[in-house]
Amino acid sequence: MISRLFGFRGGIKPDSHKAESSAAPIRPVPLPPRLVVPLIQSSRGSARTIVTIGDKVLKGQCIGEAEGLAGTAIHAPTSGTVTKIGRYPMAHPSGLESLAIVIEPDGEERWIGTEPLEPAAASREELILRVQASGIVGMGGATFPSHLKLGKGAGIETLVINGAECEPWITCDDRLMRERAADVVAGAKILRRLSGARRILIGIEDNKPEAIAAMTAAARESGIGKDANAVDAGDDAIDIVTVPTRYPAGGEKQLIRALTGIELPAGRLAADFGVQCFNVGTAHAVYRALVHGEAMVSRIVTVTGNVERPGNYEVLLGTPVSRLLALCGARPDTNRTLMGGPMMGFTLPSVEAPITKGSNCLIAASPTLFPPAPPEQPCIRCGSCARACPVGLHPFELYWSSRARRFDDAGKYHLFDCIECGCCAYVCPAHIPLIDYFRFAKSEIRARDEERRAADQARTRFASRLARLEREKAEKAARLAARAAETRAGLAAGDAALVAAAVERTRAQAPAAANDKAAPTPEAG
Amino acid sequence: MLAALLVMTGIALALGAALGYAAFHFKVEGNPLAGQIDAILPQTQCAQCGYPGCKPYAEAVAKGEAEINLCTPGGDDGVRKLAELLGREFKPRGTPVEKLKTVALIDEQTCIGCTLCIQACPVDAIVGSAKQMHTVVSRICTGCELCLPPCPVDCIALVEEPRTPQNWRWKYPATGLKVVA
Amino acid sequence: MSSPHIRQPDANVRRVMSHVLLALVPGIAAYVWQVGAAILVDLAIASVAALAAEALVLRLRKRPVAITVGDGSALVTAWLVALALPSIVPWWLTTVAVLVAIVGAKHLYGGIGQNPFNPAMVAYCTAIVAYPALMSQWPAAGHADFATQLQLILGGSREVDAVTGATALDAMRTGLRNHAEVNAILATDAFGFAGGRGWERIAAGYLVGGLFLLATRIIDWRLPLGFIAGMGITAAIFWFAAPERFPSPLFHLASGGAMLAAFFIVTDPVTAASTPRGKLIFAAGVGIIAWFVRTFGAYPEGIAFGVLLMNLCVPLIDRNTQPAVFGQRKETRP
Repeated sequence: MISRLFGFRGGIKPDSHKAESSAAPIRPVPLPPRLVVPLIQSSRGSARTIVTIGDKVLKGQCIGEAEGLAGTAIHAPTSGTVTKIGRYPMAHPSGLESLAIVIEPDGEERWIGTEPLEPAAASREELILRVQASGIVGMGGATFPSHLKLGKGAGIETLVINGAECEPWITCDDRLMRERAADVVAGAKILRRLSGARRILIGIEDNKPEAIAAMTAAARESGIGKDANAVDAGDDAIDIVTVPTRYPAGGEKQLIRALTGIELPAGRLAADFGVQCFNVGTAHAVYRALVHGEAMVSRIVTVTGNVERPGNYEVLLGTPVSRLLALCGARPDTNRTLMGGPMMGFTLPSVEAPITKGSNCLIAASPTLFPPAPPEQPCIRCGSCARACPVGLHPFELYWSSRARRFDDAGKYHLFDCIECGCCAYVCPAHIPLIDYFRFAKSEIRARDEERRAADQARTRFASRLARLEREKAEKAARLAARAAETRAGLAAGDAALVAAAVERTRAQAPAAANDKAAPTPEAG
Repeated sequence: MLAALLVMTGIALALGAALGYAAFHFKVEGNPLAGQIDAILPQTQCAQCGYPGCKPYAEAVAKGEAEINLCTPGGDDGVRKLAELLGREFKPRGTPVEKLKTVALIDEQTCIGCTLCIQACPVDAIVGSAKQMHTVVSRICTGCELCLPPCPVDCIALVEEPRTPQNWRWKYPATGLKVVA
Repeated sequence: MSSPHIRQPDANVRRVMSHVLLALVPGIAAYVWQVGAAILVDLAIASVAALAAEALVLRLRKRPVAITVGDGSALVTAWLVALALPSIVPWWLTTVAVLVAIVGAKHLYGGIGQNPFNPAMVAYCTAIVAYPALMSQWPAAGHADFATQLQLILGGSREVDAVTGATALDAMRTGLRNHAEVNAILATDAFGFAGGRGWERIAAGYLVGGLFLLATRIIDWRLPLGFIAGMGITAAIFWFAAPERFPSPLFHLASGGAMLAAFFIVTDPVTAASTPRGKLIFAAGVGIIAWFVRTFGAYPEGIAFGVLLMNLCVPLIDRNTQPAVFGQRKETRP
């Protein structure tokens, strides 16, 4: 089956710089003296630690439990001892610290030996639970928990496997597809079963001919044994689709559009349109987790840029960035390190930050390789940004309103449709850091919405408190009135004994009334 | 001359009548004024304005009994919005310091369970009962500080909300023509 | 500074502006060839005035001078003003017009990128309203007596009859007022193949430059197309109805400043509409208004008024022509 290719609008063609790191095979990294595993590893919440200092752990042993349905588990990347649990710099542009578990490896790399599942035999629920328990999140960088995407398993027609890898410099998916194509295809087939999709489209940019060849061969091979494998009953072929090299072809929305013609509006899930998209790295991780019982404890990281030995490395999660840079020989004029690609990545606030599940690439940057941005000039509304925008936005309108803090206007110009791909800032002749403005405006709007929510909540709670106090006052007044009426009635009857009894009763009740006033029950919010 | 005067007067009368009719028939039913003011106020219910809460202050402003610049947490921004809504002159608050959001935290070792703070809290954000340790539900706390004075053992402190990747904000880009490395 | 960490190497304002200047060269060459080298003096005067004014104002406004003066945007404005004015106007009128453009129309509104009105057209309108006589004296084509022209520019006696001639638009207008028929008017010696004799070649020069800008994607095709369609279609309708009273679309497009406007004036990104549909509407509006002013108005040329009037409408046009963003269009496949 030959798929028709749909285009997407906009986009740019920066120098790819992939040759530097794509030549050498994936290499392992020697065990570092300690691993710092942050508890925040997915875009949806953090894990809860279930180990204490001094615990001996095995490779793949769960050390952070998934919190809630959306959480994903965290595992010991190697066997060793938990030496510390504390706050460490995070791989995040904010430079904040997060709770992390420090493990000192014992050098034995002993796996905990989780029982593999036979994808053909196990039930769907069992498999999805394993995906969650293995801590699998999207490895393209967004780190969205994969089990959430696999959701209901109905209504999905097409499974898109993203091997486009459109960002310059990054080659980890390329190498993965070249070297472990069969595993990726096997993972894709498991994902197809779990999502209930009928067909698999694997999109790869045409600048990776070796990966395309390897994946095509793997897909053909996996098709031969099709009848023997129950998973594949009644399915169609796996299509390897070559997409033209144009950034951001590997953006989820852009790739889905290019392969299926479906455009996902902002805020809607791909599943609503019968599509589901996973990165090739995720497919590989799913395969390892289910068929080999290996939880997600490592990933392939491209280390490139201003280093002597650029390449791809199989890195245990929690390995400090500084160690990788030292291993690859970062040159002395390296002035900062980028995590992710040059288009969407961020400058690491500290090279002591650890590799996490979403760290696909490290780029040592020097002023020669990544010259400082030229000074910002005024916008001349030339429209280059609008031509480059893959979402069809008018970035300069967003810029005017974001810069002037007119956030309502920014919203009207669809600020939240912006995928922050950076094409607009790349082409801007006035060198305006457009994405900086958009990120600023987005976080201000989010903060403002949160403030509004908090204010609304406070208003309701204050009102209900007033109402409650009012009600209690009325109830008390009614009680007192009833008592007074009773007393009056007694007096009218002229029964002295009755009066005495009433006085006695009042005395007895006084402290209780005081208590009533003192301890109102707070209402649950 | 006379004709011109008559024409002008006629036009004025006709337009006036049309405006009057429009004002009467197409009257916009908006929020009552107090509600609109209340929507601008930050809802900390801190009572620093001298009224027992945001709503009572809003009502007082709507009736014209209170100045528009009494709200401390709202700051100059809030005063400006009120001035715009009410068509009044903007009066600076003087203390426009931008504070990070704070929440009350009870030192659970020191708390004696007197319930005084529970009674003071305008949004019922403190739970606990007599002789039992109290605690603040930080998601609900508005940081109004009203629980501080009643505490007999001074076990309540206001702490800044911790920064997380979720509530961390991108800064306004450094503009101008300075070269950023 | 966050991502992206790389930028397109050749993306800068100076490149955009230098391409525009380069694109003006064929038109200027044709100007020199057909009318005389005096225009080069005008261009020089305008350039000096513009750069000086730009530098001075930036200094007063405490903005970095070198980078903005160096981006070439003031030069583009200066050249357009010089080309829009008759080449034999005195030097001080050129200077005043350039000052109006740079200081009045641009910096008073906040500098480059902030001005709602096209600076060159503001300058043109100011000049034509303030000095209608000087602005109506256009040199005749083929009269390349440089010394005489230079003398006029430098403010000597205004013995202009020897060098000026009626422009195509002027001649057409006067002829029609005298109830002559279009074809009869076109037979007089002010006219060449389609527009003014000699001047139509300059227009062709602008067209060549404009095509270069289109090819390099410096300008959006919708703007020239909208202008040409707006003016051409309006002219065509009337021409079909009464060819003896209304000249052809070709005449309109080849005469006056039509080609300069189509590729260099309405294409000013700062003051034009910014949405795809908006650009068509904006440019077509300019063309239509220009045709009406030429045909029924008090001035022979109406492009400047068309541009300024449509500049006024830009916010309205932009707001109502926002294109659908990704995912809001109809799905291309069910």
